[in-house]
Amino acid sequence: MKKVFTKTKGLTDVPFSFCPGCTHGIIMRLIAETMEELNIIEDTIGISPVGCAGFSQDFFSCDFVGAAHGRAQAVGIGVKRALPDRVVFTYQGDGDIAAIGTQHAIHSAARGEKITSIMVNNAIFGMTGGQMAPTTLEGMKTKTSPYGRDIESTGFPIDLPKVIANLPGAVYVASVSVDSPKNIAQAKKAIKRAFQVQLAGLGFAFVSVLSTCPTNWGISPVDSLKWLRENMMPIYEMGELKVTEEVKSL
Amino acid sequence: MAKVEVLKEYCKSCSLCIDICPKKILAIGDKANKKGYFTVICEDQEKCIGCALCATVCPDVAIEVYK
Amino acid sequence: MEKVLLKGNEIIGEAAIRSGCKLFFGYPITPSTEVVEYLSKHLPKQGGTVLQAEDEIGAINMCYGAACTGSRVMTASSSPGVSLKQEGISYSAAVGLPMVIVNVNRCGPGLGGLGPAQSDYFQSTRGGGHGDYRTIVLAPSKAQELYDYTMLAFDLADKYRNPVLLLTDGFLGQTMEPIVLKERPEAPVVDRDWIVDGCKGRKKRVLASYSLTNEIGEANNLKWEAKYKDIQEKEQHWEEFHTEDAEYLLVSYGTTGRICKSTVLNARAKGIKLGLIRPITLWPFPVKAFAPHMDKVKGIVTVELNTGQMIEDVKLTVECKMPVYLYRRQGGMLPTENEILDFVENKFSLSGSEEV
Repeated sequence: MKKVFTKTKGLTDVPFSFCPGCTHGIIMRLIAETMEELNIIEDTIGISPVGCAGFSQDFFSCDFVGAAHGRAQAVGIGVKRALPDRVVFTYQGDGDIAAIGTQHAIHSAARGEKITSIMVNNAIFGMTGGQMAPTTLEGMKTKTSPYGRDIESTGFPIDLPKVIANLPGAVYVASVSVDSPKNIAQAKKAIKRAFQVQLAGLGFAFVSVLSTCPTNWGISPVDSLKWLRENMMPIYEMGELKVTEEVKSL
Repeated sequence: MAKVEVLKEYCKSCSLCIDICPKKILAIGDKANKKGYFTVICEDQEKCIGCALCATVCPDVAIEVYK
Repeated sequence: MEKVLLKGNEIIGEAAIRSGCKLFFGYPITPSTEVVEYLSKHLPKQGGTVLQAEDEIGAINMCYGAACTGSRVMTASSSPGVSLKQEGISYSAAVGLPMVIVNVNRCGPGLGGLGPAQSDYFQSTRGGGHGDYRTIVLAPSKAQELYDYTMLAFDLADKYRNPVLLLTDGFLGQTMEPIVLKERPEAPVVDRDWIVDGCKGRKKRVLASYSLTNEIGEANNLKWEAKYKDIQEKEQHWEEFHTEDAEYLLVSYGTTGRICKSTVLNARAKGIKLGLIRPITLWPFPVKAFAPHMDKVKGIVTVELNTGQMIEDVKLTVECKMPVYLYRRQGGMLPTENEILDFVENKFSLSGSEEV
């Protein structure tokens, strides 16, 4: 018998520190497999944020730089501008990129920075124990919206990919999910495309991946996937929101 | 014939693989790993078709599949 | 060597180019904007990169990223902008990243004004952001030193793998003076086996500052402390002016350090034995400068463009062995050399001394 599924070389042997059932691990596997398949592990520098995704710096096999909360893209731009022929990607939580890091997300796209940004959207601040994030859904209970997020005082969830897609410098924007094998395959394709966009130097590539947070949602890992499908997918526009002609012809 | 191998020290007993397995041959075992998770076991390797859906949904890349 | 007439801020830009600075990330703010303007015009011609970031927080974090690759990188701003950069500077110090940060000090706090000041002395010499760390701080007092100390800043940053702050002010930044475009000194040979540029042919590297456990946290702090002690031992720089027989001392840096030289000359003309210690490094503070004068000097006046900041370091240094007074202007005003002399004469009741 032949081994048909095994851990990609893009990941180290360090066990993931995420909560049981947290789909961060799937997303990182897809990125790591992409790096291996595109043969860029040794040319890539990853930028980790502050938050659950921060530990990614120990799980990927490539070089990594730890950024301050919200600043991963600015740090990544510094690396990319210094080493234009290397591959730079940022791996950020929704709180990191859509709350404190919003201005860097907007301007990275506006400038068409030739980096790849992956946002893990679980509609909550995970690392700090489950507080409301800009992506938290209406009515969703969190530690800082204990009675459910009320639009009146805390506003609407931000669909960052939709915002980024409007900026000319963003040439590839996709919103995907890892809640099912089929969607995982779709997410892998989008992530791979986002890296290929960078390799071709076409502009800013951005993939948002819906993800679960069983611990802070207070739902079992299996039911979390269902909750994501029923509650998050209707709010966040899914699919490839922007694919320029140049990207299509890649 | 196919086979799945659960890497005990990586499994966190989250059940995503158990839920997805079309042949329903995965289950939570009765042995805990170093972190105290009762890791998943395959109860009937004969029925395994090597579809690797379990490995695909595993958030800890804790499953290897042979075919 | 070539002599040119340039504005202070432009001199900083030219010195950076000649120091091999490859990247500059900035944001406009008076009175430092000519640095990013000058570099926007001239750095790309040398193959360098200039990027105007979305704000100073973006700029300092871009410097952080570029510094991770071992490239020479600089940013420049003025007081409010430098305040925005503090977190990024703290991160850069924790990871041990060489970079040059220019603060063309304007008066504050708040929006403050555009006039020159030294109101950021505390911010500059006490780390400035969160955590136990220090940046080396250089204080030029004239155009030539804007040039020389920018070059020195890059070398010290590499030598100690630490951010270096060039603290000047709006007066120097906006003043045109002739300078000599000296050749770049021999850059220190530093090892680069820590940089991040893709793990081809080597093990993977991670540049980050999360300490995960308290034990690691303490070990890190002790490691940084040892580095700062080493810098304090080796990198105290200052200038002494007429201190050999001085009975009274002025202590002042930057623009006021320069004005104080006139005060000393005027005092000497009146037979008053006044000298000047002009700190060049504000951190590490030049403690060594004071030892030889401790027994014969009767009093010190620090001259500052703030309501008294460096005076605390002087008092700590002399350990109450002699009175230390403050003469200051603030809010953008500059003192004249004579108002300083009047203050010294009154404070130490020297006005009765005969004309020489």
